Amino acid sequence: MRGGPTQYSEKVMEHFKNPRNVGEIENPDGVGQVGNPVCGDIMELYIRVKDGIITEAKFKTFGCGAAIATSSMVTEMVKGKSIEEALKISNRAVAEALGGLPPVKMHCSVLAEEALQSALEDYLNKSKGELPSEKVKSK
Amino acid sequence: MKRIYLDHAATTPAHPEVVKAMLPYFTGAFGNPSSIYSYGQETKVAVEKARAKVAEFIGAKSDEVIFTGGGTEADNFALKGVALANERKGNHLITTSIEHHAVLETCKFLEKQGGFKITYLPVDGYGLVDPQEVKKAITNKTILVSVMHANNEIGTIQPIEEISKYVKEAGILFHTDAVQSVGHIPVNVDELGVDLLSISAHKLYGPKGVGALYIRKGTRIFPFMHGGEQERGRRAGTENVPGIVGLSKAIELARQEMDEEAKWLVCLRDRLIQGLLENIDHVHVNGHPFWRLPNNVNVSVDFVEGESMLLNLDLENICASTGSACSSSSLEPSHVLRALGLPPEQAHGSLRFTLGRENTADEIDLVIEVLSRIVTRLRAMSPLLKIRG
Repeated sequence: MRGGPTQYSEKVMEHFKNPRNVGEIENPDGVGQVGNPVCGDIMELYIRVKDGIITEAKFKTFGCGAAIATSSMVTEMVKGKSIEEALKISNRAVAEALGGLPPVKMHCSVLAEEALQSALEDYLNKSKGELPSEKVKSK
Repeated sequence: MKRIYLDHAATTPAHPEVVKAMLPYFTGAFGNPSSIYSYGQETKVAVEKARAKVAEFIGAKSDEVIFTGGGTEADNFALKGVALANERKGNHLITTSIEHHAVLETCKFLEKQGGFKITYLPVDGYGLVDPQEVKKAITNKTILVSVMHANNEIGTIQPIEEISKYVKEAGILFHTDAVQSVGHIPVNVDELGVDLLSISAHKLYGPKGVGALYIRKGTRIFPFMHGGEQERGRRAGTENVPGIVGLSKAIELARQEMDEEAKWLVCLRDRLIQGLLENIDHVHVNGHPFWRLPNNVNVSVDFVEGESMLLNLDLENICASTGSACSSSSLEPSHVLRALGLPPEQAHGSLRFTLGRENTADEIDLVIEVLSRIVTRLRAMSPLLKIRG
């Protein structure tokens, strides 16, 4: 058994101590659930979309410190972004925004990316595969 | 804020008396025990006095105790030494699925590199090995049985005496890893009926990097380290004199204080278990209610993950540990908790508190209060609570 983890960056600890956007969104425009109890991480990510822009994001997470911090960070990162921009958010970007993650914890950032992708897919499926932003934004 | 240390199964602070006893052997009495001049002889005497003390404490003879570089080395020594020396008799070893990695990984090595066959016995929901299962697993190729005395994660104490009857009946060697029990509960090699027994100093307020292996007279075993004639040729290398003196001092103190300490720790242990059960919903105790080390508390807290609890406890200066995968690189939860048949989310939500001689009732009460606050906070962000209704 391993003891207390002091392997995290200040930023990770800050998000772990004060996670942003904890909770659920009622009637969300998109919701993603990834992970499973066997590997010890479950993330749920909810988004509200208005005119192709993500106006709100919330999460619920069962997992370690890194899982909670990456959930918190990814919800912060997507707010105000268009669907296309959000689709481009990678796990590395989440990890970097947190000042890095220990190698054994990189899978938590992958989970955060997957949760986001899954919420975005859900949104796109609900809006029949169209990228609403294509309609709204003129190029 | 004062630190509350509840991870004594990981390691204990050296007792001040232990440090005091060790100090002269770093400077004034630094001689090599193998040297002829009086500097060396002085340390040789110290090592032999220490050996006698350790031997007496476990009911052994002096020449049956070999000092090692710790508990892990003692386990490696016992398994590899016996397996290789008795290869002609057979190639089968029996152990359990809840052993410390020092035993399990050594067994895997023997399987892969030595062509040995290993039976890993299951345990029941409390972590107990069924002596009948041991009996059934014995074949005419079995050369060694290794069952730990007390488990490091859940504190379950095995029926070693009963198991020994079947092992002895079959004329097979019997090893027990007693790293967690020596100095905490009575350990006597004849009463337990074992041929080999592993000890570690830093689990009983001694220094790190020193331990011992008891080897019953007449046991066929190969040396662990090859080199000089130290330790009757079984473990070459200049003796760790300060460490050995520290181990024997720790044993001497345990001899005086163990019974009182165990009574006190049982009080604290049960106060903590009771407090957690009363103050937090959906908490399960892992391990045996009665056959349990005096200082071990292991619980699973539903809907929350162990590392996030540990991290929060650490922020409040409380040291504990978990069997969650999230605190290891393997991404698999504790093999011990899985062997108990715990569902994965309960293994991930496990916490281990192991108490020690300096803990107080006030500390226990504070831990209960702090943990219930932490669990409430983490459950508010847990998706499992909702899924489970």
